[in-house]
Amino acid sequence: MVKFLIFRGERGEGAFKEYEVPYQEGMVVLDGVLYIQSRFEGDLSVRWNCKAAKCGSCAAEINGKPSLMCKTRVEHLSQPIKVEPLRAYPHIKDLVADTSWNLRTRRKIIKDVGFKPRKDASWIMKDEDIEKGREFRKCIECALCLDVCHVLREHQLFDKFVGPAYLVFSAYLETHPMDSVDRISWLKEEAGIMYCNITKCCTEVCPEEIHITDNAIIPMKERVADRYFDPIKMLFRKITGK
Amino acid sequence: METIETYELDVLIVGAGGAGLRAGIEAAKEGVKVGVVCKSLLGKAHTVMAEGGIAAALSNTDPQDNWKEHFRDTMYGGKFLNDWRFALKHAQLAPECVKELEEWGALFDRTPDGKILQRAFGGHSWRRLAHVGDRTGLEMIRTLQDKLLSFDNVDVFQECSIIHLFKDGEKIAGALGYWRETGRFVLFKAKAVVLATGGLGKIYKITSNSWEYTGSGYALALLAGAELRDMEFIQFHPTGMVWPPGIQGILVTEAVRGEGGRLYNAKGERFMQRYDPERLELSTRDLVARAIYTEIKEGRGTEHGGVYLDVSHLPAEVVKKKLPGMYKQFLEFAGVDITKQPMEVAPTMHYTMGGVRVEPDTQMSKVPGLFAVGEVASGLHGANRLGGNSLSDLLVFGKLGGKAAAEYAKTIKTPLVIDKGEIEKVVKEALKPFEEKDGISPYEIHEELKETMQNFVGIFREEKELKKALEKINELKEKAKRVKVTGNIMFNPAWHLALDLKFMLLCAEAITLCAIERKNSIGAHARIDYPNPPEEKYNHFIWLEDGEMKIRREPTPEPPDELKALLKEPPSRKWEKK
Repeated sequence: MVKFLIFRGERGEGAFKEYEVPYQEGMVVLDGVLYIQSRFEGDLSVRWNCKAAKCGSCAAEINGKPSLMCKTRVEHLSQPIKVEPLRAYPHIKDLVADTSWNLRTRRKIIKDVGFKPRKDASWIMKDEDIEKGREFRKCIECALCLDVCHVLREHQLFDKFVGPAYLVFSAYLETHPMDSVDRISWLKEEAGIMYCNITKCCTEVCPEEIHITDNAIIPMKERVADRYFDPIKMLFRKITGK
Repeated sequence: METIETYELDVLIVGAGGAGLRAGIEAAKEGVKVGVVCKSLLGKAHTVMAEGGIAAALSNTDPQDNWKEHFRDTMYGGKFLNDWRFALKHAQLAPECVKELEEWGALFDRTPDGKILQRAFGGHSWRRLAHVGDRTGLEMIRTLQDKLLSFDNVDVFQECSIIHLFKDGEKIAGALGYWRETGRFVLFKAKAVVLATGGLGKIYKITSNSWEYTGSGYALALLAGAELRDMEFIQFHPTGMVWPPGIQGILVTEAVRGEGGRLYNAKGERFMQRYDPERLELSTRDLVARAIYTEIKEGRGTEHGGVYLDVSHLPAEVVKKKLPGMYKQFLEFAGVDITKQPMEVAPTMHYTMGGVRVEPDTQMSKVPGLFAVGEVASGLHGANRLGGNSLSDLLVFGKLGGKAAAEYAKTIKTPLVIDKGEIEKVVKEALKPFEEKDGISPYEIHEELKETMQNFVGIFREEKELKKALEKINELKEKAKRVKVTGNIMFNPAWHLALDLKFMLLCAEAITLCAIERKNSIGAHARIDYPNPPEEKYNHFIWLEDGEMKIRREPTPEPPDELKALLKEPPSRKWEKK
């Protein structure tokens, strides 16, 4: 048998409840949660879809670590296995958090600085031209990186910082060979990229192994720094007014 | 009754997979007010799971390919039970739809000269599938959702389930749904409704489909007075995972075979040589699925009840580059390194060829204002769908349907009226499971339904088993009337499932009824008791009359002579011979 401690409750109020589930070879945490749901607690709220680590719906905190329930094998975990919702976000019920900020943020990025192809776009792109962008396109928007990011989790700066996942999205837009949009001032002013202080917590939890900090955030921070904090360029801007 | 939260829209799109998103974009372009409702969070729909690619005769990888070749392959794949008008439009419009994705930001794999690369797939005569490694669906859904979100005249309603369609006289007038989070009801007044609800895999035990695939669209259409076509044609994808048990049925993309993967039984025989020596592993899905099933059933299966699918003869870096998702999936879930060891696979319920009968130009059903696009619609795939033709289907007919729905909405000038009494009735019925005292758990009924369909309406079918299934479905319908849920109405999965049961049972009945009536074997429908193909090609149509399901057959429309001429030569692996 496998022992689970599942957070039950609504709108932040609640407690952990213990359940026992028979062990099955290759079992993942989501198997356990769905077993509990179908046998004991029909109303146990949980989000999930593909059950194959491709959609990023079943993010939760498992023994304190933000993880996908569908790919976390129980045999690797110490018991009882503690499962709770993503804590950076407002709580709805049981294992479900209110992540609607994600959609609003993505939509804002699209409206502000979404993909706009160059007028002369040839659409001839080599594999090597899109290699960088491809890494960012692996993002399944599971929100694990957002949950673990202390700018959002501890400081709750959801209105000032778009968070790692959406910097990954921005990095895709930035590296698209046919794109025409200048996002540098947007990254500084609207995305709040300078709030990131490169602790790499996001990279550690990414189930797609995207090098969020090194490949997405740092190069963009450098470009922002180049434009805004390079003394020679600042002088040049002062003189030319550009 | 308290007032229900209400939205007024021109076009309501139900579902946000590839088809719904594509329809939403096209409707939005027409300037009308669009609402897209989805059961999950945006971007999590089942399209995200699509792996292999989008079939479109772009002619990048094989310049000899063109729409005529694609049309021919699709008709052969469907055993000529396709409505040729869909197959023609699909083949002709797919390339421009793929190019649109690229212009909206999609990053496809490239040819050496920088164009969209295409790969081989079962039943396609040329290398035809535009792809992104083995995560094409993710790229597609991101591109489409982002394009949709760029329109100001679009609202997205996440985690909202539609349970009823309203009509004003003959015309569609709106829909009722509930927020999954709060359980509160929500009314959408809409001049046009586009069903883009996907399939019904969750009525089977072993399926590649997610929980969302409850067949609600087929049922909503039937209940609104539309007709369904050919529900007997259920595609079992040849290769689903068999182990570990928790992941049974999860898809192993056909791209594995497209990239050169080979099938072996436990005796080490490359058994496809016996079933289709010409096309081998890249035969059509119906045939490969039956071959694998037969090997297992006759005792030549593996330890966990599958056959071997092997890519270990390919260079490890090729496997990791072209099939990164599969590499990870097997390593993480099954502890198998596919660059060194074979995968174990068996058929898994994957797709529904049948669906709502719609017009090929508009995707409108018999009910004015009710449209259907994507898997929930029918006509393109006939008796068997080719791999890659689903993603192109979503794009081509999503686009046509979205545009037609917006145009239709513009013609509705007088306000539509939704009957208050009808709303109250639907709400009351929806809340009934909370009031049942000694009812039955929805999970229990669902479990029984899945067992029934898996065991009696599977890959090979027989009259007595199909009739047993129908009996069981009727029994479950009675049980479902006494379905009981506990807890409150907030994000209550038991209640959600209880409401889905009605839809699933209607779908199960439609499939089984069609399967009983089709006393021949063709495409995905294999009858042990009637192994011969039909003498004349026909399609089934079903509808509800006073709550009772009716069925009739119509001859499949014949293509005109100039198209018939294209169908003379059967498909083959032409790219190997050029």
